[in-house]
Amino acid sequence: MEAAPRLNYITQRKGILSWLFTLDHKRIALMYLFMIMIFFLAGGLYALLLRLELWAPGEQFIGQRAYNQAFTMHGAIMIFLFIIPSIPAVLGNFLLPIMLGTKDVAFPRLNLASWYVYMFGAIFCLWSLVQGGADTGWTFYTPYSTQHSETPVISITFGAFILGFSSIFTGLNFIVTIHKMRAPGMTWFKMPLFCWGMYATALIQILATPVLGITLMLLILEKLGIIVVFDPTRGGDPVLFQHFFWFYSHPAVYIMILPGMAIISELIAVHAHKKIFGYKLIAFSSVAIALLGFLVWGHHMFVSGQSPYAAMVFSFLSFYIGVPSGIKVFNWMATLYKGSISLTVPMLYALAFLILFTIGGLTGIFLGALGIDVQMHDTYFVVAHFHYVMMGGTVFAFFGGIHHWWPKMFGRLYNRTAATFAFVLLFVGFNLTFFTQFIMGAKGMPRRYWDYSDFLNEKTYHMYHGFSSIGAMILGLGFFVMGIYLVHSLFRGQRCGSNPWGGLSLEWATTSPPPTENFEHPPRLTHGPYDYDKVLPENI
Amino acid sequence: MLNLLGMQILGAVSPTTKMVDDLFWFVFIVSAFFFAIVTGGIIILVALYRRRGKPGLTSGASHNTALEIVWSILPVILVVIIFFWGFQVFMRLSISPGDSMEIRVTARKWNWLFKYPDGSRSGQLVVPVEQPVRLVMSSEDVIHSLFIPDFRVKMDVLPNRYTTLWFQADKAGEYDLLCTEFCGDGHSRMYTKVIALPKDEFEKWQTENQGTASGPDLFVMYGCATCHSLDGKPGIGPTMKGLHGKTETLADGTTVEVDDNYLRESILEPQAKIVRGYQPVMPAQPDITSDELDALIDFIKSQQE
Repeated sequence: MEAAPRLNYITQRKGILSWLFTLDHKRIALMYLFMIMIFFLAGGLYALLLRLELWAPGEQFIGQRAYNQAFTMHGAIMIFLFIIPSIPAVLGNFLLPIMLGTKDVAFPRLNLASWYVYMFGAIFCLWSLVQGGADTGWTFYTPYSTQHSETPVISITFGAFILGFSSIFTGLNFIVTIHKMRAPGMTWFKMPLFCWGMYATALIQILATPVLGITLMLLILEKLGIIVVFDPTRGGDPVLFQHFFWFYSHPAVYIMILPGMAIISELIAVHAHKKIFGYKLIAFSSVAIALLGFLVWGHHMFVSGQSPYAAMVFSFLSFYIGVPSGIKVFNWMATLYKGSISLTVPMLYALAFLILFTIGGLTGIFLGALGIDVQMHDTYFVVAHFHYVMMGGTVFAFFGGIHHWWPKMFGRLYNRTAATFAFVLLFVGFNLTFFTQFIMGAKGMPRRYWDYSDFLNEKTYHMYHGFSSIGAMILGLGFFVMGIYLVHSLFRGQRCGSNPWGGLSLEWATTSPPPTENFEHPPRLTHGPYDYDKVLPENI
Repeated sequence: MLNLLGMQILGAVSPTTKMVDDLFWFVFIVSAFFFAIVTGGIIILVALYRRRGKPGLTSGASHNTALEIVWSILPVILVVIIFFWGFQVFMRLSISPGDSMEIRVTARKWNWLFKYPDGSRSGQLVVPVEQPVRLVMSSEDVIHSLFIPDFRVKMDVLPNRYTTLWFQADKAGEYDLLCTEFCGDGHSRMYTKVIALPKDEFEKWQTENQGTASGPDLFVMYGCATCHSLDGKPGIGPTMKGLHGKTETLADGTTVEVDDNYLRESILEPQAKIVRGYQPVMPAQPDITSDELDALIDFIKSQQE
């Protein structure tokens, strides 16, 4: 193996201050990575606590209010502090400029500011957490959150309000970078699909996040007694909050899943060593999903008392968002055809994504169908559905991406056997945890329930909850193994060359880890990112 | 009746159940078909094109118009069918038959109160079989949601207007009825039953349910049982076992002896005195009549060690 390059972005400068004041997009990406992994651990521990409590009917470990606080903090941490920033702020930050062949994002200072804003928002969320946590659910529905909850709601909603700005800063940076900073010869349709995914995500971040900010601010002002918008006893409308909230939070689902799709396009093309099938369709479907995503928020509210005709329109539009997602899956499968498929660890994650996301998407059809949604709404069926999309989809894609670009980020490889073992644990654990939840949800097991001992079906629910809890333990073990071999690889991992997987996009043309300015010489574009039919990558 | 994955295949307990489950199975078959294509396809493709040795140049095929049209149009056709079917079922779930019996529902933290046309009230939803029942619902505090899983019906219950749902029990028996919109500490205890009775038994029940309910019934009807146990276990509120005559320490450190007047005050003005270690979350009971108050206090008094 070749020796480590002279100086890279990690070794160039030393000391904690060189990190805290860095303007290098790669260093900021690593600072984000460090923080979101801490929050992933915190959110995951809450999840394990919830699964332990539901292991059997009746009170097991924690009381009812503590349980309510735990599921709220699990959701809020995972969504606002982990998933939303995960792929854009870590992998997007690290890769976008390199893939485009430029030195940095358009606004490096804004990029650093977004990390500080994220930290500032995180402090407010943590402040709520050390007081025990809010108990409203991450959805903060009124009038419970404004008039009734006695838990620290203001600090966590204010935290989420601040985190929104961090998200907007990142989105703004990406849009300008993609428009203005592409290397000579890098036309829109020569960009890796990852960049298209980031672009579509950034559009939603900029257009939708302000609505969440406004909504949470209205909630806080009402809670402080300054205005009345949602309080029904004083002429407000609590359902209005749900409309405002989902107007952001449904598009936010695509803020979470589009980056996952962006990663999968790269992983499948590189590890199948094959030209991507239907480049333009994948690129445009990301943008289509981003825009359509603004028109379907009402499908979270089919039983909220909204007009059945509004429900009809929202149901109809929701189905159309499933179609571009389905087309993407078929395109990825077609990419495998006549490829040269290597079952590397990132590829395992990508294939798992295809299967899990398909289950998540298909169960979305059940929920989009009005008649079935009435039964499934607010049951474990919904919980299972969004975990298949968010965790089986986005989180599997994120860790696939981490395993794919880890050698690029740190110049070292992880232990493949340990990584494959952890993958198997995660795949099995995930399905055991969440597939059981589809069944109990269809039977009527409601979500956000601390206890199920009253139900006539208690014994059946107990069985499914038991399997689900065992699955969660296996999942936890899988992540534990992953943590060990990833940290181990940072110090002892085998050094790798610039292109361990044989990729053709620009990030594989520079050293691992890259130098601070990304490329020794400004890159010249000699081939497209997926020209595996024309070019043989070096060093594989 | 045959159950699979929580959905009935044969024999339904109500007409709404059958409508929803038929659609469920249609979507299930469509989904299973696509899942088999994706999973099977991936396994076959990986097996066929597994990398052996160093990769060479691979096929540059990136389009196949016929294939792309098929996999775009086929899902569109299927989702249009599912949409219309789903909407049709939804409208039938939304519009109650004209001969429905109307029962008013009041939801509050954390119990259900059902008010019958003859003025009687109940903490459990007792209904006759083979009779459509329409629920007109409202909430006294936060948003709740009434869910009867066996009948496949659910509707949010709002504090500022009425919402409705209807169902019909075709088989006598007991069914779960629960809250599915998170509503705070007692959310997972906001549970009661639908009791479907044959017509003659229902009429008998209605006559018996006239006038002031008995202490134990009131204890359930007003939701006391959600938070206050009768067996000595602490819940969201203190237990009723041995309560009367006991001396309680309040949140401000003072003590109070539990007598009839203390119980009366605590029911009518729950926030006046909070026992140490508990949250001030009990809702007031403005609907309670003086006869009911007497019966309820007598019942609590009778819960001795």
